Amino acid sequence: MSTEINQTTYNYRVVRQFAIMTVVWGIVGMAAGVFIAAQLVWPSLNFDTAWLSFGRIRPLHTNAVIFAFGGSALFATSLYVVQRTCQARLISDSLAAFVFWGWQVVIVAAAITLPMGYTSSKEYAELEWPIDILIAIVWISYAVLFFGTIMKRKSKHIYVANWFYGAFIITVAVLHIGNSLAIPVTMTKSYSIYAGTVDAMMQWWYGHNAVGFFLTAGFLGIMYYFVPKQAERPVYSYRLSIVHFWALISLYVWAGGHHLHYSALPDWAQSAGMVMSLILLAPSWGGMINGMMTLSGAWHKLRTDPILRFLVVSLSFYGMSTFEGPMMSIKTVNALSHNTDWTIGHVHSGALGWVAMVSIGAIYHLIPRLFGISAMYSTGMINVHFWLATAGTVLYIAAMWVNGIMQGLMWRAVNTDGTLTYSFVESLEASHNGYIVRLIGGAIFLAGMFVMALNVWLTVKQKNAKAIDTIAATA
Amino acid sequence: MTSFWSFWTSIIILGSIFGCLWLLYIVRKSEPHKEETDQTVGHEFDGIEELDNPMPSWWIIMFVASAIWGLAYALAYPTLGNYQGFLGWSSTGQWEDEVAQAEERYGPIFDQYAATPVTELAQDAEAMKVGQRLFANNCAVCHGSAGRGALGFPNLTDDDWLYGGDPETIRTTLLQGRNGNMPAKGLKPDMSNDDVNDLTHYLLSFSGRTDDQEAAKRGAEMYQTACAACHGADAKGMQAAGAPNLTDNIWLYGGSPAKIKQTLLYGRAGHMPAQEQALGEQKVHILTAYVLSLSQQ
Repeated sequence: MSTEINQTTYNYRVVRQFAIMTVVWGIVGMAAGVFIAAQLVWPSLNFDTAWLSFGRIRPLHTNAVIFAFGGSALFATSLYVVQRTCQARLISDSLAAFVFWGWQVVIVAAAITLPMGYTSSKEYAELEWPIDILIAIVWISYAVLFFGTIMKRKSKHIYVANWFYGAFIITVAVLHIGNSLAIPVTMTKSYSIYAGTVDAMMQWWYGHNAVGFFLTAGFLGIMYYFVPKQAERPVYSYRLSIVHFWALISLYVWAGGHHLHYSALPDWAQSAGMVMSLILLAPSWGGMINGMMTLSGAWHKLRTDPILRFLVVSLSFYGMSTFEGPMMSIKTVNALSHNTDWTIGHVHSGALGWVAMVSIGAIYHLIPRLFGISAMYSTGMINVHFWLATAGTVLYIAAMWVNGIMQGLMWRAVNTDGTLTYSFVESLEASHNGYIVRLIGGAIFLAGMFVMALNVWLTVKQKNAKAIDTIAATA
Repeated sequence: MTSFWSFWTSIIILGSIFGCLWLLYIVRKSEPHKEETDQTVGHEFDGIEELDNPMPSWWIIMFVASAIWGLAYALAYPTLGNYQGFLGWSSTGQWEDEVAQAEERYGPIFDQYAATPVTELAQDAEAMKVGQRLFANNCAVCHGSAGRGALGFPNLTDDDWLYGGDPETIRTTLLQGRNGNMPAKGLKPDMSNDDVNDLTHYLLSFSGRTDDQEAAKRGAEMYQTACAACHGADAKGMQAAGAPNLTDNIWLYGGSPAKIKQTLLYGRAGHMPAQEQALGEQKVHILTAYVLSLSQQ
């Protein structure tokens, strides 16, 4: 390795910014989630105020946790990983700063406009057109930054984490622009260029791939760097990563149709959505196997390293929810689960168990390195956070499973004369206890995030300012 | 779907599945190690190496089995463009079958009720249990589970009827729905705010709630010009037009001075959805009896 490389420094500034904001937006987004969970237990908590109502805070919650918390984790880790695995500094510091500040503006704009009731009404794509355009500009800048750095790499090969980040960046750009195409009427109102069933299909093509590429491919990128790094073990199988990568990205784009079973969507598109979702099980599990098996020979580290514990448990939840998803895409199962809390439980076993835990693990790995410190302030606090996060997730998803299956069964129960046995409000009453347990689970998870924030703050406080800006490429 | 798009989508679906299987095959075939190994593939990224381990066999079996299952499903069920699958299944067909089965199983029960006159049915405890369940699932979301209504949705338990409370009118309301329309400022679109204020006092006077008799008197004059055509000269309403009685202190959109003013200024539009297509005549027959029984309690 030449001395020239050793003198290169990486742009850690943008990584630090995004890493800190991951914690901040995590707390904001999850607090919004806990608040709306409380509203479902005590509806009067909307205080008869439009901008505090469930219908407006719920999209704020989803946007905040997916795009602000998850997004910041992805930006932080991808911009760190791409520099370190390519041994190249980001191509432009100002473009990196633009991506950071641009994304923060998007988040703040979302936090203002969603409670005000401005919405395109597309799930996970609620933001109105001026914000959508800003997202597209920031995203393309991010793509230029990422792929420009890939092109400057010192090695011939591209590391597997970067394949996943790359697929995530390209596909999210296509999905966001494709689904958000709209005709503006005023600055705050637009209408989708798609109509009826086509609009629904575009929406769920986007919606499911927000899960597939934003929340799966992107976070597999995190997994592929931080698991081997934290375990100090080689990746289990390069061959497995090739096959499961290509299979995952080629099959996932078809899966959206399973959101529209028994709808006006043509039968062939529903069936294709279901078939592809089921075949997707093996490629999804490829990532779990590769992550888990990377630990072989390092299992003992789990006893002492709660960061590794976060990463491993996230893979377990990933494996569980990528099994559950294909099962729920089967038409007959979906006929029971659709529109019930089971879907909410499924999403959160992925969102809390997989996305949040793998991000949290990665951020704990990153923070000391980014601030020139040897380790997090308190390993004990990481351990406390781990148990809070695990307990919170389990309570949350168990409550939603029970609620969801109960709702599905109640909705389809009929009397001997063919009339429905239960009215909707009876199933809602029966769900009340589950909502309480869900609120407790969510609050416990959020409590863990506060422990994390304190630990991060105490760590960053002892930062070594001199070391920060001179961290060498091969450090 | 045109045959071009049918062909195009089929090719992509099959291409994706076979492409994955082909990739699996060539990667499997080229594996240099058939057992777990310490050999890496020779790359190193920031200290991370990658082992040249074979893909787990159980995983490959799972992958291939699910792909074969998927292809078989695509042959059996409509998946590939216009090809309908050899089982002849369609979601419309499944729905029609289920409806036919329900018709066969439950039809006789409803046939029997349909042959009973509404007034008699309203006294039949069993039939009213069926009616209560139908009401709970189809009507309660607007009219409330006890049928007492809500702001903008009429109370069905009193004897105040917008369109009439005899069995045949109730049946017509259920089957065909109703579109209530109170135009803003009635027939006098150029009504001033003072006029609206006067009218409000006039309407409040029926329940003895006005403190300004002069205004109420002026309002009475305006009433005859702007409102009487629908609500009647005596303000007792007109069921043929669905115009409510304004003298009984029952207010569909609220009876406070502010609410009354709002109704006058901006008008109101009520919509009762038609149930003929949704529920069918037989269930509407039972619901007619049930709604009738609500006001007889």
